[in-house]
Amino acid sequence: MDILITGLLLGGTYALIAMGLNLQYGMARIMNLANGEFLVAGGFAAFWFYTAAQVSPLLTIFIVAPLAFGLNWLIYVVMLRPLVKRAKSHGQLEVDAILTTFGLAFVSVGIMLALFGGDYFSYSYLARPITLIGDTYGLNRVTAAVAAVIICGGLWLWLNRTRAGMSIRAIAVDPKSARLVGIDVPKLSALAFALGGAVTAVGGALISTFLTLDASTGVMFTLKALVIVIMGGVGDVRGTIVAALLLGILETFVATLIDPGLTLAAAYLLFVLILLFRPQGLFGRRTT
Amino acid sequence: MSLTKRDWQSITLSAVLLAVAACLPLTGDAYMLSIGITIAMYAVLATSWALFSGPTHYISLATAAFFGLGTYTTAIGIENGLNYWVTLPIAAILGAVLAALVGLATLRLSGVYFVIFTLGLAELVRQVVTWGQNVSGQKGLYVLTDITEVHIYWQLLVLAAIVYLTGWAIGRSRLGFALRIIGDDEEVARHSGINTSRAKILLFMVSGATAAVVGSMLAPRYIYIEPALAFTPMLSFLVVIMALLGGTGRLWGPLVGVIPFTLLWEAISASFPNQTTLLLGLSFLVIVYLLPRGFVGLIESGKRKMREREAFA
Repeated sequence: MDILITGLLLGGTYALIAMGLNLQYGMARIMNLANGEFLVAGGFAAFWFYTAAQVSPLLTIFIVAPLAFGLNWLIYVVMLRPLVKRAKSHGQLEVDAILTTFGLAFVSVGIMLALFGGDYFSYSYLARPITLIGDTYGLNRVTAAVAAVIICGGLWLWLNRTRAGMSIRAIAVDPKSARLVGIDVPKLSALAFALGGAVTAVGGALISTFLTLDASTGVMFTLKALVIVIMGGVGDVRGTIVAALLLGILETFVATLIDPGLTLAAAYLLFVLILLFRPQGLFGRRTT
Repeated sequence: MSLTKRDWQSITLSAVLLAVAACLPLTGDAYMLSIGITIAMYAVLATSWALFSGPTHYISLATAAFFGLGTYTTAIGIENGLNYWVTLPIAAILGAVLAALVGLATLRLSGVYFVIFTLGLAELVRQVVTWGQNVSGQKGLYVLTDITEVHIYWQLLVLAAIVYLTGWAIGRSRLGFALRIIGDDEEVARHSGINTSRAKILLFMVSGATAAVVGSMLAPRYIYIEPALAFTPMLSFLVVIMALLGGTGRLWGPLVGVIPFTLLWEAISASFPNQTTLLLGLSFLVIVYLLPRGFVGLIESGKRKMREREAFA
């Protein structure tokens, strides 16, 4: 039972991170392999504000989000838009985007290593026990999961209930046809990309309250987020959340019962099963 | 299969270059030999990487997984009393099997899944090996052989020759032709009756087997092997950068990237060991924005300009 709840709590935070990536890959059509680095940067910001000025990570996210939004918007407009324009086919854009964001990932790791060094960093925030249904959990994990649920819910409402959200979902379905109904595809793609980066960075700030991070762990989170997005179906918000919770539970299960060093192997197991049996995602329909 | 005069010229030229390269140990300089081994190793890895990723544009980030698999095969084999030479073909077979499994799971689908899967493959195998060692209570492995650096270097050169011959033969075969069509437009390839998955998986197996053999050959150099060393993800990224920097459009392209980049990398790691990640990132950006077709592209557009100028003169 406590495996299940710990897994759900972890999965809630994963959902937020994967949502960020889904906005970037599903909506803006850029496979962003530097996603995890923004997560780590968000975590660094939370760590820094907390140790330097005792600012609660829950407040730091209001600083992290606009910063990450601006930075990701700049990255999209300056670096990625030229690639979108130059690409002759979707495949070529994919290869270019992968190489570029991979390069960006290494550059950010390099910068973070230079600024903060290669040490692990962690701080103790809300590290008090809390009792849920007879078992005790860290209050920080519960807080992070609750915050993640609130943000995910807000995003879901925004995507489903507003005009901008609907336009972005239209781009996710078909960027070419979206232009025909008067949607400003370049502008909204940049918006979706920037928003995705902001969401991921906020997820990083939340996750840093209970996980130890270091400058080069970003790629592990990118991988997990990718597995979640593919499992949930690209561009599918509901699927992403379900997949994130599944991964959280499975990972906690493997870490508790077999070996904590095998978390990636757990993610890969899910990945392979999805690729073999449901490559269109959990709730996806097979495209013809 | 008949050879034209041009073919004979390039074969002779390659043989002469190979013979010159084989003379490097005669200088007796240990540092030169060590750089030579590194260059030969990356040349084989990058060329075999480009055999698959060049025509198909599927970026494989799994070189380290195959390399580590080979290293461990040799280490475990020798520890259990196998002859070193027997472990090489075993490593090749295991590499091909792993590549086939990865290919069967991912290559039938879009290219992104393949990239993501290969990105984590080395880490996955490393976690599993580390776990296996924790369970069996064993930390690392010693590889004690009487193979010297010179032997490793010559072995790598022989392997390089085999890879070039294979690549050249594939380029002339139906398989190579099919792959070029897949790279241009996979839809078209499928409609013209090419079994695209089979072609891609076959070539990925060649590439994986080669990387595994390189790993086995280098096992004696390390002497002591542990997962973090054998499965270092940096290797995969370096191979991708070197191959793309040189250009994957020609068989000799990766080599043009390997030599300067290895020297640059050695120099940077020696004087600024903390900035290597930054350099790696910047190299990716340079390739995408400035050298999308690598040095080969530069050379060829330079040649074309020369020819045009001659035509107008």
